[in-house]
Amino acid sequence: MSAGGAPGAAPAAIPDGHSSRGRLEAILRRGEFAVTAELSPPDSADPEEVYELAKVFDGWVDGINATDGSGANCHMSSVGICALLTRVGYAPIMQISCRDRNRIAIQGDVLGAAAMGVQNILCLTGDGVQAGDQPGAKPVFDLDCMSLLETVRDMRENRRFLSGRPISTPPQVFIGGAINPFAPPYGFRPLRLKKKIEAGAQFVQSQYCYDIPMLETYMQRVRDLGLHEQCFILIGVGPLASARAAKWIRSNVPGVHIPDSVIDRLDGAEKQKAEGKKLCVELIQQIREIEGVAGIHLMAYRQEEAVAEIIETSGVLKDRKPWRPGDAT
Amino acid sequence: MAKVFRPFHPKTAYVPEGTSPERRIAAKYSIRLWCVRWARLLEWLYNTFAEMLLGLHPLWNAIGYGRVERPMKFVERRVKEFMFDCRMCGQCVLSSTGMSCPMNCPKSLRNGPCGGVRADGNCEVEPDMPCVWVQAWEGSQRMRASDQILTVQKPVDQSLRETSAWLRSTAAKAAERRDAAEPAAGGEGTS
Repeated sequence: MSAGGAPGAAPAAIPDGHSSRGRLEAILRRGEFAVTAELSPPDSADPEEVYELAKVFDGWVDGINATDGSGANCHMSSVGICALLTRVGYAPIMQISCRDRNRIAIQGDVLGAAAMGVQNILCLTGDGVQAGDQPGAKPVFDLDCMSLLETVRDMRENRRFLSGRPISTPPQVFIGGAINPFAPPYGFRPLRLKKKIEAGAQFVQSQYCYDIPMLETYMQRVRDLGLHEQCFILIGVGPLASARAAKWIRSNVPGVHIPDSVIDRLDGAEKQKAEGKKLCVELIQQIREIEGVAGIHLMAYRQEEAVAEIIETSGVLKDRKPWRPGDAT
Repeated sequence: MAKVFRPFHPKTAYVPEGTSPERRIAAKYSIRLWCVRWARLLEWLYNTFAEMLLGLHPLWNAIGYGRVERPMKFVERRVKEFMFDCRMCGQCVLSSTGMSCPMNCPKSLRNGPCGGVRADGNCEVEPDMPCVWVQAWEGSQRMRASDQILTVQKPVDQSLRETSAWLRSTAAKAAERRDAAEPAAGGEGTS
């Protein structure tokens, strides 16, 4: 059975205190350590490619992020991927970036996605067009991530569009945002999370974390503000393929901070790829111990097949077995 | 994450220096940065000026706000373009953004910095430009109303572009003042 339900069937009731019927929200609210992973969308119109990409996560993750033109590169749309994934029963997290669509298009997509059974929406500003393969594109940025969060929350809670026009059946979605504790202005970052929570964020996923002391400083401030009790914080991690790749990412991917010590460690290793995975496992284990962290978000770009191994070695799931196709939804 | 992909450009093609999807008004940011440094002074100056505009409300009303719009916009545009590289969005939030104009952010962010800010505090899109929001955070900390940066701003109303924010906020404040006075006068019915 798909998460969207058979045509004509009445949808299951939303559990008390929940915003969605989704598994991700249920797992986080139960207090389990959640694991989400990012799927790099195909440059193709073939649905089988999406299912192939999703298969590597089977039984290891609680949610799959479908990116929305990440890095400003064109791929299959996040709405399309989510619609395909919900048919099987996966729990996709639909990313919406403000770069490519204006408020009219975005609100329409939110309704369309919810109708297709999407339970989780991640509101992002988006990378600038200069980062991608089509730098001549018009940057839209009609909304920003904050007003997008507020818009989606308003659609769900107050059953109305930004204009005030009513919505008959609201999108019952679990709303998320992004954080980057590793970029300036450092003093403002925790307050920005506070702002996002006020605007409607119920969970956040962070940029790649390679600097534990920096994360700890951030989380200390977050705990002082009591934000970890108002929002589920998932920290982003990912294996680095080599020291060269790490250097490239550091200077070419916006917002990624990789300390020299990490690059030196990879450089000194005999098998850099294996060392990268080992480092990722260690980071996950260290992140798990930080108070206020609700889970991890794995972004194993072009190393998706390593996700299962990394999660298993890290032991973060303990004995828990996340949903896989064939299980009851 | 970005893919390693280089779009094909013929070698003979002329690419002007500083080619960018966002065309900047100015390449120099010194006046803009000065304004952030003196955010507290400017806050006081603006508040005094706004009080003055509000005091002149009867005059604007007598002439008609519609008729004042053009000359006011003329002055406002020149002053704010010079000082803040103003984009005339028509709904000024400088008081909440440390006197750093958020419309100069290539992503038009009105609620804080994106995750792409470089380690040196410069913009992701325009590597030579100091991030508007790093500046805004510094400016806001110098201001009396330093917590205004925490207000969640609504999306820009594009239909108000190229209109005077000064006049509009004056009219709004005047209406607020009138509404506050009205219930005492026992005004029922529609206003």
